[in-house]
Amino acid sequence: MTDLIVGILAFFGTIFIFLAAVGLLRMPDTYLRISVTTKAATLGIGLLLVAAAVYFKDLSITTRVMAILLFILLTAPVSAHLIGRTSYFSGIRLWKGSVMDDLEGKYQRISGVLKSETDDTPEDNIVHDKDK
Amino acid sequence: MTLHEFLYYFVMPVLSLSVIFIVIRFLKGPSIVDRVIALDLIITTGIGFIGAYAILNNKPSLLDVAMILALIAFLSTVAFSYYIQKRNNK
Repeated sequence: MTDLIVGILAFFGTIFIFLAAVGLLRMPDTYLRISVTTKAATLGIGLLLVAAAVYFKDLSITTRVMAILLFILLTAPVSAHLIGRTSYFSGIRLWKGSVMDDLEGKYQRISGVLKSETDDTPEDNIVHDKDK
Repeated sequence: MTLHEFLYYFVMPVLSLSVIFIVIRFLKGPSIVDRVIALDLIITTGIGFIGAYAILNNKPSLLDVAMILALIAFLSTVAFSYYIQKRNNK
């Protein structure tokens, strides 16, 4: 019975990690790749680690797995946000199918200031023209 | 099919295939941010490898390595994003 539960958990964890890898390879845009890797890979790793915890059935190992899981759940969104912010500020272009860009015209490259409104000196702005 | 056969013939090969896909993205680029994401995902897949390997060889102490790897992945992503942004501000 335990083997069956561990097998099912490991199966879904592996499938989600595989889907994250396929998404990283196939997505057309840096921002879409960031979103795909964070969510799917976190779920896959979580399922695999829970499978290990169920298999060993030991309090110390379950605690260890919970610590790893909590750490990953806390840090994955933070690192995704940081790397997304960096890629936006370094001017990486959006995919041509992207619908909206909320920060359009609000970041000044020379002063490095991010405003909450569209500023009045548009020549300073980073251009995020979509791919043709 | 026992659990060990399942882990040996399904989980490990599929994880290896995902690492191959991620390495293809790492080599293709096109920007440095894509490479940083690919490195992060390689380390995350490595944590999954360690989880499956700990079950396979009945060695739960390997999970300590997974914890350290998770820490290093976060630190490296933060450091990379900090320095890429610093380079752009020059």
